[in-house]
Amino acid sequence: MIAKLLGQTIFFFKEAPRNLPSIFKQLSDIGIGTLPIAALMAFFVGMVLALQTGTQLALYGTQEVIGAIVGLSMVKELGPVMTALLVAGRVGSSMAAEIGAMKVYEEIDALKTLEIDPVRYLAMPRMLACLLAVPALVIFSIIIGVLGGGLISSVTPAINVPLSVYFENLVRAIGYEEIFKGLLKAVVFGGIVAHVGCYVGFKTSGGARGIGQATTRAVVLAFILIMVADYFLTRLTL
Amino acid sequence: MATEKENGRKKENSVMDKVLHGFPGSFFDPEDQGAECSADYSEPHGVDIRIVGLNKSFGENHVLKDINLEIKAGETFSIIGPSGTGKSVLLKHIVKLEAPDSGRIYIDEHDIFAEMKRGTSRDYRYSMVFQTSALFNSLSVGENVGLWLREKRVCPEVRIRRIIRDKLRLVGLQGKEDLMTSELSGGMKKRVAIARSLAMNPDLILYDEPTAELDPVTSDELARVIMDLKKEVSLTSIIVSHDLNFAFHLSDRLAMIHDGRIIETGTPEQIRASDNPHIKKFLYTTTKGISGV
Ligand SMILES: Nc1ncnc2c1ncn2[C@@H]1O[C@H](COP(=O)(O)OP(=O)(O)OP(=O)(O)O)[C@@H](O)[C@H]1O
Ligand SMILES: [Mg+2]
Repeated sequence: MIAKLLGQTIFFFKEAPRNLPSIFKQLSDIGIGTLPIAALMAFFVGMVLALQTGTQLALYGTQEVIGAIVGLSMVKELGPVMTALLVAGRVGSSMAAEIGAMKVYEEIDALKTLEIDPVRYLAMPRMLACLLAVPALVIFSIIIGVLGGGLISSVTPAINVPLSVYFENLVRAIGYEEIFKGLLKAVVFGGIVAHVGCYVGFKTSGGARGIGQATTRAVVLAFILIMVADYFLTRLTL
Repeated sequence: MATEKENGRKKENSVMDKVLHGFPGSFFDPEDQGAECSADYSEPHGVDIRIVGLNKSFGENHVLKDINLEIKAGETFSIIGPSGTGKSVLLKHIVKLEAPDSGRIYIDEHDIFAEMKRGTSRDYRYSMVFQTSALFNSLSVGENVGLWLREKRVCPEVRIRRIIRDKLRLVGLQGKEDLMTSELSGGMKKRVAIARSLAMNPDLILYDEPTAELDPVTSDELARVIMDLKKEVSLTSIIVSHDLNFAFHLSDRLAMIHDGRIIETGTPEQIRASDNPHIKKFLYTTTKGISGV
């Protein structure tokens, strides 16, 4: 059932051109809506990362490599995972609630009688928007996180790595391959969030209570799947 | 102040409207009289419906019990009966939202469930007015009414706007295009749902409790809309209603459903004259007062 929905959603990608308005609407909901909070989170994550690791490295006098460590962690792991979890909590839940409400209040049935495929009309734009928006958000988060790390590394007396050294190490450590791996994760996680949100939404039953349960179920399921997928993607791309 | 705000909102809406649905017409001929709809959107032709031995259970609950019913092309047919007897479930079978446990439904002699399995497409348009209206919450009134036309690219945008305006006028909601559905009363929602169904120019239209939330005057107006429609075009209408005056007035024939079974079918006169005790009781209570009081 869950695979069938995924298959149908991907099948309807070919109809994307005539659903552009709703894809753009979803893109702005997901992308622009999540941007400020993603930035805030990434900034603090970057700062904490530099503070924790930097002070430890300083004990052995190897703090110069801090740029590489923050950069690699952000690109390969923290950027994709944190952003995906954020999107799952913010967007996946609201997808499940919105589609779930449409299911409960017979709007999905009404769509069917209007000969409009609910998968094309509801799931496909959300999926496409997530596949595009999550990687974009991840890139953005990585940049902000790296900047936060650099700031802390240079202003904290215990670490005291100038920005030039920080970025020199960072650039040396990160190649196209690392970026590709990070973005691959971002795309997969984005797909998971959209798919889980839509699937749980379409499966909703049982009135207002059911909608509430669908919301939590979508978030929990997406969190679990993201962590599992993260493990396997990391293994596969080692 | 309030009107200024409203105007501001309207303007904003219409700009968004244009971005979302494209700019209607040309600069030189804004009403673009030449804009024609595709042949798909032609005159409806009523379909005939034959229901044979239909059974449906939800778990232990046997809702529809061996339903047999014939509805002729162009007929206005009402289904009456007490609450919870399966009227809505029966309608949902006719529009293929529910699949039966056994039995068949033929529309123009095509077995609809067999066709659904084979994936062959229909060559008639059907539309249902849901008991709960089921308007799309995220769309405005006008977008609800025009959704099918826009999704199917049946007509050019100018023409669609005109159709939306006409259908809304038909149900007494002229000029309400820009309201959001959350701003409507229950009766207004029902009327928007009716306009949305009519916008398809359906061959078959199903009304589930069209008058349940309407005041007597509006419900009379709706009866007139349905009557006019019947005179103008040959569509098949099925009406589920508790409002017996409404049903008797409009229908060519009626069926009374009781506890999941059809217990009587006939013209309004035949139903009125029936001596089935369930019908007598139902007619008595709903038209004359409270029985036993
Ligand atoms: N999706 C469903 N799942 C389980 N049971 C259902 C479902 N839909 C309807 N039922 C049951 O089927 C029976 C008939 O319901 P239906 O909605 O058809 O009644 P109705 O005749 O339309 O009543 P009303 O006049 O109150 O609208 C009820 O007992 C209801 O509980
Ligand atoms: Mg009902």
